Parts: sequence; C-alpha cells; structure tokens
Amino acid sequence: MDTLETMTEPEIGARVDARGLSCPMPIVKTAQAIKTVASGALVEVLATDPGSLKDFTAWCRSTGNELVEQAADGTVYRFVIRRK
Amino acid sequence: MDEPINLVLFSGTDDKLQAAAVLTAGAAALGKPVNVFLQYWALDAFRAERIDRDHGLAPEAGAEGKGHVDALRTAGQASWAETLRQAKDLGSVDIQACSLSMDLLGIEESDLDPLVDGVEGVTAFYLNAGEGQVVFI
Repeated sequence: MDTLETMTEPEIGARVDARGLSCPMPIVKTAQAIKTVASGALVEVLATDPGSLKDFTAWCRSTGNELVEQAADGTVYRFVIRRK
Repeated sequence: MDEPINLVLFSGTDDKLQAAAVLTAGAAALGKPVNVFLQYWALDAFRAERIDRDHGLAPEAGAEGKGHVDALRTAGQASWAETLRQAKDLGSVDIQACSLSMDLLGIEESDLDPLVDGVEGVTAFYLNAGEGQVVFI
C-alpha cells in the first residue's frame, strides 16, 4: 500500500469473490470490504447473483461510493468501486 | 441519522426468517439502522438450543417450494441466523424479544441465542421505531 501514491491509477485495495453467493451476501461482503480500504481506494467484486447489477448501482448511489466499472462476462458480473 | 427500518418477526419458519434476515442485512449494508422485534413463533426459533434446527417452511411452499429452498441451501446459502450475525457485524442491528411472547412461551432471557440483544415491550419498540417503516413478517 506504500506505493499507492506514486501510481497514476489506484490499485485494487481489496477483492471480493462473491460468485455463487445469493442476495444479499455480495453486498454484505462488499460493505465489509470497503471498510478495509482507504478513501479513494478501489474494491473489485465478482458476483453471480442476478440482482447484482441493480443492487450495486443502488448501493453505491445510497452510500456515496463510486461505481467505477461494471461488466458482465456470461453469468459473472464484475464491479469496481471507489470508496468515497 | 436515517430513520430505522423496523421488522416485526412473527412467523417461525425458515423461509420467512430467511427473508427477514435478507432484508435486515441489506438495510445494514446501506447503513440504515434496523430494529428487529421477535414475537410468537419467530421468538421460539431464536432459542439458543433451537436456532440451528430445521424450522420448516410456510404451508404455501409445498413440496416443490421445499425443493427450491433445499437446492439453495445445498448450494451454500448462508442460514438466516448466520445472515443476521453478519448483518450485526456490519451495521446497527438491534434484536429484541417481545416480553409478552416470552411469557406466553415460557422463555427466559438466558434461553435465547446471543443474537438477541434484550427483551422489551411494544411501547419501547414503537418508541425506537420512530418515524421509520414497520414491516410485519
């Protein structure tokens, strides 16, 4: 984490593998993980719960964290969230 | 501070308790305080010695519904009790037993799982609920 400031792009500070977990565990695990990183740092989440797309959008809007990326690869969703 | 979400749990079957646990954890993840008030059969399911038992399903589940619930369990879905434990770790979740139901069922506070924070009456429940929504399950 010491090198974070010298990099142009913030690196992923925490990863959440929520594949196979049903609602609301992807969000619960993300809410836990985001507390472990500094403000401005990124958290990457992989999920398969079909509600994830709407849930992560809603969670970010409500909590003020920024949804930087969202992508779907088949049945796996990937989200990158920047802690506010 | 947001107004709390207030869940009154009455039913003691695993499907309804699971739904309630999901609502609780979702609210906790959003930073909303949650008050859970346990009445009747829901309270009975929170006895320490019974919490991990099979509590059955609501009658409308039928055989087909039970198949779906069992499949989700087999796939590794967290139990409602575990979901509530995670919700409590994450946010402000207060679980209270209804004092009338305690009397009705002959339950002592020491009989309850540590998930339960205390015993209160309906007046205290409404006071803590404030202007927040009340949901009965």
